[in-house]
Parts: sequence; C-alpha cells; structure tokens
Amino acid sequence: MTIVVGYVPTPEGEAAFDQAIKEARKAQSKLVVINSSRGDALVDKRYAGEAEIEGIDQRLGKEGIEHIILQPVRGHDAANEVLEAAEAHQADLIVIGLRRRSPVGKLIMGSTSQRILLEADCPVLAVKAG
Amino acid sequence: MDVFSSLMDGFATALTPMNFLYAVIGVVLGTAVGVLPGLGPAMTVALLLPVTYALEPTSAFIMFAGIYYGGMYGGSTTSILLNTPGESSSVVTAIEGNKMAKAGRAAQALATAAIGSFVAGTIGTTLLAVCAPIVVDFAVSLGAPSYFAIMVLALLAVTAVLGSSRLRGFASLGLGLAIGLVGLDVVTGQARLTFGVPLLADGLDIVVVAVAIFAVGEALWVAAHLRRNPLQVIPVGRPWMGKQDWKRSWKPWLRGTAFGFPFGALPAGGAEIPTFLSYVTEKRLSKHPEEFGKGAIEGVAGPEAANNAAAAGTLTPMLALGLPTNATAAVMLAAFTQYGIQPGPQLFESEGPLVWALIASLFIGNLLLLIINLPLAPMWAKLLQIPRPYLYAGILFFATLGAYSVNLQAFDLVLLLALGALGFMMRRFGLPVLPLILGVILGPRLEKQLRQTLQLSAGDPAGLWSEPIAVTVYIIVALILLWPLLFKLIRRSRPAVAVQPSVADQPSVADQPGQRPDSSAPGTHHTTDDGDAGHRSTVPHDTVPHDSIQHDKEKP
Repeated sequence: MTIVVGYVPTPEGEAAFDQAIKEARKAQSKLVVINSSRGDALVDKRYAGEAEIEGIDQRLGKEGIEHIILQPVRGHDAANEVLEAAEAHQADLIVIGLRRRSPVGKLIMGSTSQRILLEADCPVLAVKAG
Repeated sequence: MDVFSSLMDGFATALTPMNFLYAVIGVVLGTAVGVLPGLGPAMTVALLLPVTYALEPTSAFIMFAGIYYGGMYGGSTTSILLNTPGESSSVVTAIEGNKMAKAGRAAQALATAAIGSFVAGTIGTTLLAVCAPIVVDFAVSLGAPSYFAIMVLALLAVTAVLGSSRLRGFASLGLGLAIGLVGLDVVTGQARLTFGVPLLADGLDIVVVAVAIFAVGEALWVAAHLRRNPLQVIPVGRPWMGKQDWKRSWKPWLRGTAFGFPFGALPAGGAEIPTFLSYVTEKRLSKHPEEFGKGAIEGVAGPEAANNAAAAGTLTPMLALGLPTNATAAVMLAAFTQYGIQPGPQLFESEGPLVWALIASLFIGNLLLLIINLPLAPMWAKLLQIPRPYLYAGILFFATLGAYSVNLQAFDLVLLLALGALGFMMRRFGLPVLPLILGVILGPRLEKQLRQTLQLSAGDPAGLWSEPIAVTVYIIVALILLWPLLFKLIRRSRPAVAVQPSVADQPSVADQPGQRPDSSAPGTHHTTDDGDAGHRSTVPHDTVPHDSIQHDKEKP
C-alpha cells in the first residue's frame, strides 16, 4: 500500500505531512512525499530547501516508515505532479493540505487542491492547518 | 563658484515636484531591475526611451539617471542574499557578501553595501560636478583627428580589455559597426547596406536595435533556459551595522571610491575592474585577512563603493565628451540624440540647465536610494519570486510597443525580431553585447569625425595624426593591442616576479587601460597562479546578466 502526500513548507503542508505520517503508520504503508516547483521563478518559497528535506527524511527514518522524497522541477504545476506521482506509485491515498482561498483568487489562479480532489483516481484526504 | 551656482540651479530644477517624482520612479525602477538578474539599467532605459518621448528631456534624463544609480544599488541585494549577482558589477560583492549572509550577518552586509554605495555615489557625483567642466574646457580644444582617435581608443579598449575573449569582442564590435553603417551615407547620400529596401535608407533606429539586443535577446535566452531549481533566499531583518562594522567599513568605502571613479571615467572603465581591484586591495590591507573567504565586511564595503563611484565616473566622459563607456551610458547617449540634443563638449554650453539638473538629481537619487534600500532590502528580494514567464511577457510587450512607437511602421517589428534573434545567438555563443551597442552608437559618429578629418586634410591620411593628442592616443591604442604579447614576453624573461605594482600608484593614464583584470589583479597578491581570475566569481556563468560583460581569464 502506498500513500502520496503533497508537501509544501507552510502550516497547511506541515499539517498534511503530519496526517500522512499517522495514516502511513496505521496502514503500515509506503509514503511518497512530493514537493515540486514549476522552476520558472528564481526563488520559490513553496520549494523546500535542503535542510527541510533532510528534516523530513530524518523524521520519517525515525518513525520507521518506508519513504520516497520527490522534488520534480519540470514546469508542471503542483496538481499535475501529485496526480502523476499517485498514478506512478499506484497510490491508495493522497494526502493534501487545504488553505483558505477567496473565490476571486481561485478564479484567477485556479486551485491546486480542487484539481487533485476532482481528478484523483484514489481517495483524497484533505487536511486543514492547526 | 560657477560650478556651485550652476549646481544650485540644477537642484532647483531637479526638486520641482514633477522632476522629483520622476527621480523617485527612476530609483525604484532601477533598484527593481538591479535586483533581478538578467535585467539591467541599459535594457530598462532602452525600453523606456519611446515611452518618455512625451516628457521634457530633463525629466526623462532625471529618471534615466535614477535607473542607472538604482541598478548599482539593487545588484548588491541579490548578490548578498542569493549569491546570484543582479548586475555584473556586483559579482565581486557576492564572494564575501553571500558568505556573510550565510554566517547570519546579512543585515550588516546589506547595510555596508547600501551606505558604502551612498558615500561613494555622493563623492563620485561631487567629483563628476567638479571634473566634467574641466574636461569640457580641455575637450573644446580638440579637433576632429583627436576625437576620432579617442573614439577608436574607447571602442578598442572596451572590446579588448573587457570581455572573455578578444576574438568574440571584436566580432561583436564588427557586427555593431556594420549595423551602424546601414542607411544613407551622410556625405555623398549613397545607400549603404540597404539591400534595395527603401525602409532601410534612414538607417536602423537605435531604439529598435537596443531594445532588440537587450530585451528580446534576453527574453529568448531566458525562454530557452527557463527551468531551474529554485534558489533559497537567506532570510534577513532590517539592515543595520554595529560600531565595529562602521570602523571596518569606512576605509574600504573611501578606497573603493578612489578605485571606482577614475576607472569609470576612463574609456575602458566600466565597474567590473575597479570592484575587483578594490576586493584584492581590501584583502591585502585587512587586519582580518583570515576572514576573507568566510565573509569579511571589507570585501563587501570596498567593491560596492567602487561600483557606485564608477557609475558616477562613467557619466564624466559621457556628459563632457559624448563618449559612453558602458551599455547604460551608451543608451543614454542615444537618448540625447533622440531628443535632438547634440552630445559632446558643447553639451554643457547648449544644454547647461539640463546637465546640471541631471547632476543634481544624482545627489537626490543617491539619498533616495539609501532611504529605500536600507529598510526595504528584504522586500526587494521578494521580487525574485515573480515567475519569469510573467516578467518576460511584460518586457516583450513593452519592447514591441516601444519599437513600433518609434516610427509607427510594422517593418520595425520585423527588424526587432531579427535583431532579437541576433541578440539570442550572441548570448548563445558568448559574444559580449556591449561592443555591439557601442559600435552601433559610436560608429556613425566615429565615421563623421573620420570624414571631417579627411576632408580637412584633402584626403591625406596623415591628417589623422596631425594633432599631438591624437598621436598620444594612438600610442595608447597600440599599447592596449600589444599588451598581451608584451605581458607574455615579460613573464617569460622574469618568471616569478610580481609584474604589476599597485595600480593606485600609477599616475600615467597610458598604462591603466592596459590593466587587464587577469594580469594585474592576481599578480598583486599571488603571482604564481595567473590562471585563477576566472575563479573570482563563485557564481555560475549563466546567472550573470548578459547585458554587460564579464571579464574572465582569457585562455591563451
């Protein structure tokens, strides 16, 4: 069994990650952590740095969870990357973090979580921060 | 006290609400493009040139000067926080600045850069106000032969002394001169390089050329290398300095200024050589040499002061002689022509109020830059989060709009694309852009002086060296061209001797353009490994902005 979690270094992302660890422990499953960037800006706050990735790696190692950490930079948006990873690893569950978005913001920028919720082939667990 | 009263008049003009507003717009825009790697003040001025046609020339130039100075300030922010220089003149700042930031001293690095830039900019501008009229007095006595010789020197020096390879530099210069030739011959009215296209008879508009090479070329280049792993910005609070930092910074500021201004003013100046010289000097003079390479504040203070002083220095020949020595000055010179103002020694006579308002606005701009940079540096770093497709789409939009608005003919858009493709290929094959732009802008003026000289001497080439100054300049030109050869010979006969004494001790102007960064600078601190000039930047090459030149070690 495999769980895919979309990770961003924000409160929502951390909440999703915490929840994913719980789920993985419960189901004794493999965890695929995915953190992506389109890579078209010089600086992307949602792309985790080396230290953050190392922290995740250590924490998962301590918990004894089998895991893969992916950081694709291919110009795809985050929803695509998560859905692709879920398909490639035949995920049984996707865990994502939700944040509050205004209708206008969603209209202009679209919503990553909405796309994952609608397009995923497996159950999706959406978590809110704090 | 003539200078002083003119300058006060200049302040009166520059401080009118409208002009002050343009100064603010200029410094804000300048800082923004300075922060963003790949965008530079030269591109920005070129893009804004058509937009400013409706303005008073004075307002437009106040804004351009703000952009120019702002670019120098902004470059340091990215160097320090990201290890990616926003401008080529900030490459050296990244060496120590980024180390300081990594050691948790980003606030001090930003502060010393900003305050050093302010000190150097103010001293440099004062020197400009004092020196420029003196240079003008000297320049009005120059005849066409001397002018021709000085322009040849400027073109050769920029091409041969800076840049990664002489061959590429000269190739670029050749392209520029060829582009400058297109159109009707001024004397005989013959069509040259027009290929029978009547639209080319007026020549290529300099705005179209500059916008195409800087903006379209850069946009295509970025589009070809769009994706890369995002970098991490080092978080920083409000910049500040402790007492110890002040004590260690003020001398490097002054020394950096002393390097920067003369090198900026020389035809082969530019801000890159003095920043590097300043760095090497500070490293040698420092009481804390062990800190160099680990984040020494002197290594930030000196080069940052040097690049701002060089910016002021560059304006001296530009205003006094009509001789640009870097890309931004070249585009500003083109702007003078677009406004129907004849650049050259007459400029102070004919456009005195404009020139003095411009110089006064530099003082104001400096102060504004200190105010907006010191507390807001972390905010400027946020600009780096803009996705580049949005940024470059905007730039292409402005480029197209600007190119079209010059003559309102669709043919210019074809030229824009063709020259943009040329700009892309130049970046692809490592050709420096500066010689091309200087060639396009100085080429026609060079030709005019040559034709005038030959007309005066009735076609006798001896007329070219009929003035003593022309002869002196040709000797300098010969020295520059022969320098690498001479240097090799000296090195062979005296293998392990420090060939170059400290540059500051050299009074003769003749030697200074020959001071190649790869020969003199490493020689001053370690003579054995002359091949390490290329390592002086810790930054990958593709992150260095392409609208100015890098000068790495020329591999023999």
